[in-house]
Amino acid sequence: MLADIKKVVIDREKCKGCKLCTTVCPVSILTISEEINSHGYHPSEVTDQSDCISCGQCYRICPDVAITIYKED
Amino acid sequence: MQVVAKKPDSLTDKDFHYCPGCTHGIIHRLVAEVMDELDIREKTIGIAPVGCSVLAYEYFDCDMQEASHGRAPAVATGVKRVHPDKVVFTYQGDGDLASIGTAEIVHAANRGENITTIFVNNAIYGMTGGQMAPTTLLGQKTTTSPAGRKKDIAGSPIKISEMLAVLDGAAYIERVSVHDVKHIIKAKKAIKKAFKMQLEGKGFTMIEVLSTCPTNWGIEPVEALKWLEENMIPIYKPQVLKEAGEGE
Repeated sequence: MLADIKKVVIDREKCKGCKLCTTVCPVSILTISEEINSHGYHPSEVTDQSDCISCGQCYRICPDVAITIYKED
Repeated sequence: MQVVAKKPDSLTDKDFHYCPGCTHGIIHRLVAEVMDELDIREKTIGIAPVGCSVLAYEYFDCDMQEASHGRAPAVATGVKRVHPDKVVFTYQGDGDLASIGTAEIVHAANRGENITTIFVNNAIYGMTGGQMAPTTLLGQKTTTSPAGRKKDIAGSPIKISEMLAVLDGAAYIERVSVHDVKHIIKAKKAIKKAFKMQLEGKGFTMIEVLSTCPTNWGIEPVEALKWLEENMIPIYKPQVLKEAGEGE
């Protein structure tokens, strides 16, 4: 069940694959996808949602406001 | 599940046209978050510049007015004097503000116009193709200084915040950076303070934000943040340059 909970949601169409988020994640769960979006960019993706600590650092550095952060109640 | 962080309401849903990794997007978000937090979106009028951020009016979900190159502080002056109850800000790059618009920003600051300027300094002309700007660092290579900027030909990088800080009309001038999360948080605090001071009628406020231009610097976005930290911070030190005290 826990693995189904998404704490960091990346809008893959807004993401331009600049990689800034991948450098600030303290638990290193962000990586660049091998897939491409409709603009031709490789978007950032989350490897393991259950490791996310909802710190919001990726949200803060994202230049395209493509990230939404949630935490469990 | 509870939302911790999401796109601020003061930004429209439109995707930014900026290059991958360009920090304009971060600065847009900070301004929008401040508008949300101070609940001033409905009474804010932004003035967009000429340059990469010329389309800022597409992104901020408040009233916006486009100005001709460098003239945003003059337009803001008119808007604020007609609508003194509104919050008026200009969003300008260094090509716009520090070159063609030098006269307008100096005199708006000197008159103590009760407006807020967000001055985005990335040490280069972005939209026009990476030419040398007044803010370009000594030795920095651009399309018009291919061997690097030389002091004897082009002078030294102009320090607008230091210049404006000596003017009586300037109430609050701070230089911040967005090259890492810690500095992004500080930048937001400064922007919020500037808007608050405008609401209190304190006079001219400006936040200079050090920004990147991965495309025209010719480096990757992650590398650009490091370049900013290593090369721009020593010249353009993030600091409060002017803060008018109570009763001034």
